[in-house]
Amino acid sequence: MADLCAVVGVGQTKHASCRADVSIAGLVREAVDRALADANIGIDDVDAIVIGKAPDPLEGVAMPELWLADALAAHGKPVFRVHTAGSVGGSTAIVAAQHVMAGIHGTVLTVGFEKQSDGNAMWALSVPIPFGMPVHAGAGGYFSPIVRGYIKRSGAPSHIGAMVAVKDRTNACKNPYAHLHEPDWTLEKALESPMMWDPIRFVETCPSSDGAMALVIMSEERADKHAGPKAWVHATAMRSEPTAFAGREQVSPRAGEMCAEDLWRKGGITNPAKEIDVAEIYVPFAWFEPMWLENLGFAPRNEGWRWVEDGVTDIGGSLPINPSGGVMSTNPIGASGMLRFGEAAMQVMGKAGEHQIDGARKAVGHAYGGGSQFFAMWLVSSSKP
Amino acid sequence: MSEADGIMRLRQPISVTYNWSAGPNATSHLNGLLDGTLVGKRCPGCSLVYFPPRNGVCPKCARILGEDVVVGPRGTITTFCVVNVPFLGQKIKLPYVAAQILLDGADISMQHLIQECEATDVRIGMRVEPVWKDRSEWGPSLENITHFRPTGEPDRDMGVEAGAS
Repeated sequence: MADLCAVVGVGQTKHASCRADVSIAGLVREAVDRALADANIGIDDVDAIVIGKAPDPLEGVAMPELWLADALAAHGKPVFRVHTAGSVGGSTAIVAAQHVMAGIHGTVLTVGFEKQSDGNAMWALSVPIPFGMPVHAGAGGYFSPIVRGYIKRSGAPSHIGAMVAVKDRTNACKNPYAHLHEPDWTLEKALESPMMWDPIRFVETCPSSDGAMALVIMSEERADKHAGPKAWVHATAMRSEPTAFAGREQVSPRAGEMCAEDLWRKGGITNPAKEIDVAEIYVPFAWFEPMWLENLGFAPRNEGWRWVEDGVTDIGGSLPINPSGGVMSTNPIGASGMLRFGEAAMQVMGKAGEHQIDGARKAVGHAYGGGSQFFAMWLVSSSKP
Repeated sequence: MSEADGIMRLRQPISVTYNWSAGPNATSHLNGLLDGTLVGKRCPGCSLVYFPPRNGVCPKCARILGEDVVVGPRGTITTFCVVNVPFLGQKIKLPYVAAQILLDGADISMQHLIQECEATDVRIGMRVEPVWKDRSEWGPSLENITHFRPTGEPDRDMGVEAGAS
């Protein structure tokens, strides 16, 4: 049986399209310093460091674990790197938590980061595949046909994506660290946004961001003696599946459903929509909010879009989704999953500031990556299980 | 080179040349393309046909793919994207339709270009056929097919397969 652990410190950078004022190391250090300050500990109190970033062959430096060991003050400590595409921020936090839950380390620092302005992640993911037909066009080109499949199957009206986009951009204005602060979006204006990858409009896509997120995770023994709010980790879950196989359910991947079922079972949750107070889920294209509501088991199949339309996922709704503004407002890919995990922790710690959901006790962080094939989730709470 | 807040940023272009070993299972597929034939492979476990036979391994049961199976040339669109975004090295005029096409006899769709109709006329379930380049331009690539075009056959009801791979 695994030991308990808790998040005791959360720190993130100000996210922007280009953080020209810092190097990758400086960006990472900014988040780490804030997380350590939030936890009220020093780097000497850390036993091990787990870092993660998304794949980009050319982003400034190919081996960040070498580059960052000094910036992270890793002298004499183990450093691990985790690598699971866009879900990496989530799986990195899980690996860090598991180091503590396994009883190996008492205090682990974990950080996810990406400096998209130093590379070109979007097109790095669209290099021609040998002997194939070069018709793919970035992540939007990959996910747009899947969104079309969801729209056809669920009968969702075409304005749902725009509604999610307006909600997330509006929420981001309450988050001082968010990349996009665009308070003037209305549904009417969003519907006029140009079709990039039909059926995905420009406004329904995430930005490219520079940013980092860091967490301090402690064992139960240390956390009990630690002053200040904590986010107790009730459950973690990860699942994977191949990018492509015959008859693959692309709209609601089986690996995602299995991952959620595992999370709810481990966390003792029988009615997720009722028992979860707030969720930060990985929505890089607006339509994925209703799609993941269904995949996670919050909403019944083909009904997720109705929840969006009815305002269920608004900050004032019964299941607020991405009060931070989410990936739709901030997407430093390697950090995006950890931002979801960290924002979930901030909610139950009561540290979310203007986008705090009143009385949030149980929150979920969710990340996915690759061709919707890697899933990572955690369930955190203000109290022990 | 640019500066912001006194911090120097350098632009340093690099290029990469690499080799790609197709492996025996992809080689029969590539040889088929040299001959104008669409060759996939059947899994000896689940009997499903993969085109192209990506890694030579069935992603469902992890068995090594077996016999060659000729598929297509006609197929059905399972889902598609209308691309309006210019991107690096793009060779195709905008807007264009990138579709997932389930070739007849195959159990997994592949992505290709749809032309010879308006983007607004493309539908899930539409039947299409390949248009080949002149034989003198063929290589071991799906680029031997310039695009797919509608056959005019009635649409196929894709049901829950819409949007599937």
